[in-house]
Amino acid sequence: MKRIIAHEEHCIGCRLCEIHCLVQHSKSKKIVKAFRTERDRIVPGVKVEESGYVSFALQCRHCDEAPCIEACMTGAMHRDETTGAVLCDVDRCVGCWMCIMVCPVGAVARGADRQVVSKCDLCIGEDVPACVANCPNEAIVLEDEDE
Amino acid sequence: MRKWLVEPDFLVERDPDRCIQCQVCVRQCANDVHEYDPDEELVTSDSSTCVGCHRCATLCPTGAVAIRRAPLEFRPHGNWTAETLRNIYKQAETGGMLLSGMGSDRRMGVTWDRMLLNASQVTNPSIDPLREPMELLTHLGRKPERVEFREGAPGGLATRLEPQLELQLPVMFSAMSYGSISYSASLALARAARETGTFANSGEGGLHEDFRRFAGNMIVQVASGRFGVDVDYLNNCAALEIKIGQGAKPGIGGHLPGEKVDAAISATRMIPRGTDALSPAPHHDIYSIEDLRQLIFALKEATAYTKPVAVKIAAVHNVSAIASGSVRAGADIVVIDGYRGGTGAAPTMIRDNVGIPIEFALAAVDSRLREEGIRHQASLVAAGGIRSSADVVKAVALGADAVYIGTAALVAMGCHLCQKCYTGKCNWGIATQDPYLTKRLNPNIATRRLVNLLRAWALEIKEMMGGMGINAIESLRGNREHLRGVGLTDRELGILRIKAAGE
Amino acid sequence: MSDKRPFLIIGNSAAAVGTVAGIRKRDRDTPITLIAREAEHTYSRPLISYLLAGKVDEERMLYRGRDFYEKNGVDAVLGVEVTRIDAESRTVETDDGRTFPFGKLLIATGGAPVVPEDLPGTDARGVFTFTTWEDARRIKSHIETTDVKQAVVVGGGLIGLKAVEALVELGIRTTVVELADRILSATFDLTASEVALDFLKGKGVEVHCRTTVSEVRGHEGRLAGVLLRDGTELPCELLIFAIGVVPDTRLARGAGIACGRGIVTDDGMQTSIEGIYAAGDVVETRDLLTGARRPMPILPNAYRQGFIAGANMVGGKLTSRGGLSMNAVDLCGLPTISVGITSPEGEEYEILSSLDDESGSYRKLVLRDNRIVGAIFVGRIDRAGIFTGLIREKVDVSGFKELLLSQDFGLISLPNEYRKHVVSGMGIEV
Repeated sequence: MKRIIAHEEHCIGCRLCEIHCLVQHSKSKKIVKAFRTERDRIVPGVKVEESGYVSFALQCRHCDEAPCIEACMTGAMHRDETTGAVLCDVDRCVGCWMCIMVCPVGAVARGADRQVVSKCDLCIGEDVPACVANCPNEAIVLEDEDE
Repeated sequence: MRKWLVEPDFLVERDPDRCIQCQVCVRQCANDVHEYDPDEELVTSDSSTCVGCHRCATLCPTGAVAIRRAPLEFRPHGNWTAETLRNIYKQAETGGMLLSGMGSDRRMGVTWDRMLLNASQVTNPSIDPLREPMELLTHLGRKPERVEFREGAPGGLATRLEPQLELQLPVMFSAMSYGSISYSASLALARAARETGTFANSGEGGLHEDFRRFAGNMIVQVASGRFGVDVDYLNNCAALEIKIGQGAKPGIGGHLPGEKVDAAISATRMIPRGTDALSPAPHHDIYSIEDLRQLIFALKEATAYTKPVAVKIAAVHNVSAIASGSVRAGADIVVIDGYRGGTGAAPTMIRDNVGIPIEFALAAVDSRLREEGIRHQASLVAAGGIRSSADVVKAVALGADAVYIGTAALVAMGCHLCQKCYTGKCNWGIATQDPYLTKRLNPNIATRRLVNLLRAWALEIKEMMGGMGINAIESLRGNREHLRGVGLTDRELGILRIKAAGE
Repeated sequence: MSDKRPFLIIGNSAAAVGTVAGIRKRDRDTPITLIAREAEHTYSRPLISYLLAGKVDEERMLYRGRDFYEKNGVDAVLGVEVTRIDAESRTVETDDGRTFPFGKLLIATGGAPVVPEDLPGTDARGVFTFTTWEDARRIKSHIETTDVKQAVVVGGGLIGLKAVEALVELGIRTTVVELADRILSATFDLTASEVALDFLKGKGVEVHCRTTVSEVRGHEGRLAGVLLRDGTELPCELLIFAIGVVPDTRLARGAGIACGRGIVTDDGMQTSIEGIYAAGDVVETRDLLTGARRPMPILPNAYRQGFIAGANMVGGKLTSRGGLSMNAVDLCGLPTISVGITSPEGEEYEILSSLDDESGSYRKLVLRDNRIVGAIFVGRIDRAGIFTGLIREKVDVSGFKELLLSQDFGLISLPNEYRKHVVSGMGIEV
């Protein structure tokens, strides 16, 4: 399964990963339009943590034993069988926030405009997640465990 | 106090239709040009501190930022150019010496561009580098007078050969000290040298212990400050280089400000933390050519004559005499650093007005050594503003055994020649020790870029050689017949010993 | 013998589903039989208040997809109640006269709703408990057929307040009756309770604390109102008892399985009888933080216990580290999370808190011996899970105590080693 690994020694805190995550999950997928019209409605799945000159990008780890799947009371949190990614079916999510309570990495966020959760979906359907593809310093890389 | 006479050099233009206020530019500018106003929800730019490094424009995800020359135009003047006026304004406001980073940017024409190469036609057919083997392999070191053979000897050779450096292509990375450039930059140069099969010069900053594993691809410098020079240093290299001068600032020494001397640099240079690292102009134990000979042989003794010892000199008026003297003093390699050579910091006046271009120096030295019959005793390495594979080919044709690239290597890693290296705020993470900025240079990416550059140049050199009907770099070396001058005076043609185009 | 006989699960909720997952991760062949009293496909019990409110429809009630049983090789026998477990012959008997054999058994009979004893009048029409889908259906039907102007909910805990939320959504004036001195007394401290109380009052909810219902009054068999112990009279057409649940241990006791307040199990979720396991609201588990043994009816705990039991039923050696009390509940739009010991008593506890009166955002951390043992988040719940992780792993926070309540507290504030451990092999290389 593909995993995103962060190398904190190369992260420059530019946050281009957050920007491109937003664009990738927007309707228009065009950066200017997405920021103009959808910026308030999308919470990027990746978040850059910064303290002094140390920084790194963090998103859902798609854990093998995902606490969020165990805690989800509706069954909205589930594992995608093909990619192994942990996904949230927002049509089933009721915004009870149990997943936020149990994620040890704090990777689940409240949705911006709806009472549902928002988190990294490993850019299902794309070859390379948007954050990885757009990091100017290769601070986040995609590694395939099976390779 | 505001320096009223000093005007901004650049104008930052932001396209409001494309700016999405993502603030990447705000975060990435080390000179605080961009700022986010949360009330207006706008990113604004103060061009006065912009140095034209393009970091913001490169990273802007929408291409909303453009950097232009500041539009304050002076009345055109052939003598009092905008440049000269700005220099005086700066000095009037500060009372200080003008400082610059990198090599001279003076517009006085580049002699490489006035020399053109030959190509084969009809007779002496071209060689296709994709089909035929092309030899770029280069050996630097003292070559024997003549070779004697004896059966049963190793390789059948009776003559003892002096130690040689073997290069896969005639290009090496020039001396850039760890301290003037970042750890990641130094690491990338060493790794790229290893991967490509060439050498990187440690500069006068000593050798960080992490780089000892690259010893087989390192040339270490013994400069006037003798930073980092101890027995471990001498043992962890492939060759030694005594730095007598530097093309960017002939005649004067070097100065690394104390602020840049952190724990790691202090350990590598073997000076106390926070103290200025001063390299004096002369080596205080070299005041004559005999003194130089003494040092050369001291180093050879210390390394049991297993490593070539090079001498690096700046290209000045009597460069031929000094070169000849150095060879006779025992130097196995003579490095000539020309007028356009780069630096982390030099007084602008010295950088732009002292020394001679490498083309002339190289030709003069090569001719002189041949005349004296000692050309084989030392290899010649040319340095100082080599910009492309074409410059490399021309340099070899003029007589160089190999070239050093400094600026070109930094540019490959991302340098945009803003010439502000001495501020320590290199936005590309190259000429800085600020941990916030050094992160920007990922050594993996930098190494890849350097290896790509050398690979591309090697291919181009082979193409040009093949076009000339040559399949080994040895056949090009000093072969001035392959060069023709355009727009050069008779005198210049004479010194270069090349014909004019048409001849 | 156990490889020929199927695995048997009594129950159909989180613990049961977790058990299926635990078994199937290692064993895809041995048949599983699942027997449940409720007739519905496995559904999310906490969603019954959302169903009542009309926020979810029947399809969304399902806890797993309709193909869950088939995909996992589970023979689901629904709407049938197990009446007896025979540990000797390793069979169970059901209320429709059948007998089912088992190789290994998992008891996940959950909790039964608490109704106050000896309270007269609870048989009037309009009086309900609130634990099953059927309860929600009946309450909904009652509301549709009766003109319900006012409702009373007994119990100011999580279940009660979720019922309140649903009724508010339906436009019914609701009053809460709570025995303790404050609502959410089991999970919130005084401050958090007050924040929640103000919020509910703002939605028109009336709250009576330190009292309970002493009499249920009816008129011609229909509910008319209640009398509280303090003398208050509350007219109402709907009364819901949401006091809590107690482990439903009848079957276990009947089989001779050791029980305390709940079924007693070892760390591998096995009961006192070999080959019989228990998980979920029916067990009493070791509180990770206090060491005490008690029922901890929380969905994530139930699932995990079921998973451990299932894994061990097929030869695994997983162990439970104990239960962590934790709850996340959104009250009419106010998000809240509470974990661990939130109202400590004793000298050894250190409290760190911040309350923003304007936004109503409250964060509190309870420390003991420089380790976080409890946390409350009201309003600003972002990334609360990081603290849950620190509580679980019993991380010494003395090195960064002053950062804990800051706005940008994150993994970056934690020591490298812990950070690496949390995401090791799956994320950050530090």
